[in-house]
Amino acid sequence: MTAPTPEAAHAALESHLQEIVNWHFSPETGSPFWLNWAAKAGWDPRTEIKTVADLQKFPHFEDEWLRDLQPEVWVPKAFAGRPFNIFETGGTTGMPKQRIGWDDYKVDYSEFSDKISDEHFPRNHYWLMMGPTGPRRLRLAIEHLANVRGSACYFIDLDPRWVKRLITNKHFDQAKAYMEHVVDQAANILKHRKVSGLFTTPKLLEALAERVNIWDAGIRGVFCGGTTMLPQYTRFIVEEVLENRIGFYPTYGNTLMGLAASVPLTPADQFSITYYAPQPRAILRVVDPENTATTVDYDAWGRVELTTLTREFFMPRFLERDEAIRRRPRGQYAWDGVAEVRPFGAMQKTIVEGVY
Amino acid sequence: METLSLDTLPHLPALRRGRPYDSLEKSEIVDHSTGKVVAVVSQVNAGILKKDLQRIDEGRAALRKFTVAELIEISAKAGELFLEGTLPLGDRGHTQSADEYVRTLSGTSGLPHVMVRRNMAKIHYALTHVGTVLNGLTRGLPLEVIDRGYGEQSGAAVSYYPTTQALGLVMPSNSPAVNSLWLPAIALKTPVVIKPGREEPWTPYRLIQAFIAAGAPPEAFGFYPTDHEGAGEVMRLCGRALIFGDANTVAQYRDNPKFSVHGPGFSKILLGEDCVEQWPEYIELMAASIAENGGRSCVNASAVVVPRYGKEIAEALAQKLGPVTPLRSDDEGAKLSGFANPKMADYIDSAIEDGLKVNGAEDVTARYRHGERKAIFEGGTFLRPTIVRCDSFSHPLANREFLCPYASVVEVAQSEMLGQIGASLVVTAITKDEAFTSQLLDSPLIERLNLGPISTMKISWDQPHEGNMFEFLYKRRSIERA
Repeated sequence: MTAPTPEAAHAALESHLQEIVNWHFSPETGSPFWLNWAAKAGWDPRTEIKTVADLQKFPHFEDEWLRDLQPEVWVPKAFAGRPFNIFETGGTTGMPKQRIGWDDYKVDYSEFSDKISDEHFPRNHYWLMMGPTGPRRLRLAIEHLANVRGSACYFIDLDPRWVKRLITNKHFDQAKAYMEHVVDQAANILKHRKVSGLFTTPKLLEALAERVNIWDAGIRGVFCGGTTMLPQYTRFIVEEVLENRIGFYPTYGNTLMGLAASVPLTPADQFSITYYAPQPRAILRVVDPENTATTVDYDAWGRVELTTLTREFFMPRFLERDEAIRRRPRGQYAWDGVAEVRPFGAMQKTIVEGVY
Repeated sequence: METLSLDTLPHLPALRRGRPYDSLEKSEIVDHSTGKVVAVVSQVNAGILKKDLQRIDEGRAALRKFTVAELIEISAKAGELFLEGTLPLGDRGHTQSADEYVRTLSGTSGLPHVMVRRNMAKIHYALTHVGTVLNGLTRGLPLEVIDRGYGEQSGAAVSYYPTTQALGLVMPSNSPAVNSLWLPAIALKTPVVIKPGREEPWTPYRLIQAFIAAGAPPEAFGFYPTDHEGAGEVMRLCGRALIFGDANTVAQYRDNPKFSVHGPGFSKILLGEDCVEQWPEYIELMAASIAENGGRSCVNASAVVVPRYGKEIAEALAQKLGPVTPLRSDDEGAKLSGFANPKMADYIDSAIEDGLKVNGAEDVTARYRHGERKAIFEGGTFLRPTIVRCDSFSHPLANREFLCPYASVVEVAQSEMLGQIGASLVVTAITKDEAFTSQLLDSPLIERLNLGPISTMKISWDQPHEGNMFEFLYKRRSIERA
């Protein structure tokens, strides 16, 4: 695939941005939430948002809006009457953030299919997902990805909210037992069924590899996401869990963004993984936490800011609970990447991540 | 601020079955007074430990190629190299002489040179007397029995089998001599899996290098600087493990035969009715028992229990120890150890102050200290000696142990002493009273008993005072051969 130039990618992004802003703020197509918002704000994004820099005119998207409001306020008029999926975010307790959707996950994961090799994920075969299913977009997304490649997928669920609660309450034995329960089920599937592709979280992958030789079990490719993967841990996964012979595809994503793929690691990377947003449908910026209008320099740490730009969902300048290193455009990605993503404030305090 | 290149500093790699492993994640070891980084240490994740422990039998197999007698020889040679030799320091071409070891460990731990040398001497003695130690631990078992797995002792058939493929060690940072506890394991053909203390990787690393230079197989040594999860795996996956911790840790693990737990010693000096009138003769001994090694050992006395003259004894000890101040680390007269982690000093200082708020205790040293207990000297943090007179053993400061020269002085009638002192690693009982001696000998609360004016710091290598390493690593079975 030929990579666009950064200038071409930027032009395409701004064109897409204008289209999406027009869509969400036009009475014929827009959602009740954004139409009401614009009426109260007293300015018309359709005329004022022309460039990515103009996005600064929006305040940070508030996650409470996704918790407190009923889902129908997010339905663009053009989608009215079409039943939607309600997806929820990761492992928090209390009322979760919800995002509605129709086809976005299929678009994201169909595109991602082009980034994984047939050698690692043979077509017309079987996959296993061991991780958070339930109300998460990921569950349908993985199945769609397998289907796009002519494959079917087995599922083992892990409830990250329960794991977080166990760890927060220091019920480590129960957390361990639950993890073993999850891994038991996956080992059982691998024992009795032919599976070549695996989606899981790093910790569950490590635990599964302690139970079964995953190469001998037929796994050729692992698609991983979830908890922090610092360089040394990534190296451990690549060299010792996957023994340098199983394809490894780390990803960063969530229900609000979609899927940020990583570029293949080279020796110069020293196992530092860089992820690239599925631009133009999403933009990731690494910003100064004290002054979020400022993007940090390349190779500096900052807080991750996400803007989602699809016809189904518009979410400007959402501050993720993650921090990362800003990286330069690379390979097929003509825009900035985010590297070594970890929970925001990880250096200052202990964050409960659990196995997800 | 001085700019340091981390690439030119010594780097201690993890040792994975003896093989150096340069992790992408490294911690920095800093000088306790200047804050300057003096080395970096590779940190490994728990998964690496799990991977390696799956193959730990290779370490044991490598040791099995030697006889116990040969391994005793190797240990002795390692002892000389540890004490005098120049040994590899990490994987960037650095070496470390004995003097450099003293200076470096002193700089990062806060222990004055004189104390580091004393700790070195203890380790050296332990390594050069492994044969004597094993003779004591095994009660004279012919060493060939361990080589062959069976044999005869005193005319009876005996057979011993190893209880574990490896000895796990979750080491503390506070006193290098605790490493002497694991040294007999090598002669007992048991590989070691060491998680060093965060601030004290030096001693276990140097010991491993000394062993390897002396001819021990590298596969027998694991050196895994790791996090809490990794430490948990060392304990979970090694069939036997030594753990060091506080009273809570001890309570958590003491009933599990997999673990040998080393916590506070609550060591004490008891003065009998028959000797109490001569108390001034024992002040030197008491002060040394309290303050030697910076008061950091579990064998340091942390309480002086007397039937009478509590006030006078506390006063005399305070007069002797109260004026002690921090000195430069290379001063031969240095008696206090700095804190690598100043927060620990803050915690101890406030714990003592909190205790003093409870009626019935007085910090007698305060009158002789001419300053605060916590002292900053040349950038380092120190705690000066503290003698607290308590009016009963139920006072919260009466039976405490801190990582500094600290002791309570409590008056208790001799007839009630054994009912009140609680578990004590070392008890020095200054008495000639046959009945009292008999009660002391019968007491299950005392791990090591010194009868007469003997410092609590004195230990005998051929007599285990804190668990028997041979019985920990080997178990006897019944055997019959046709």
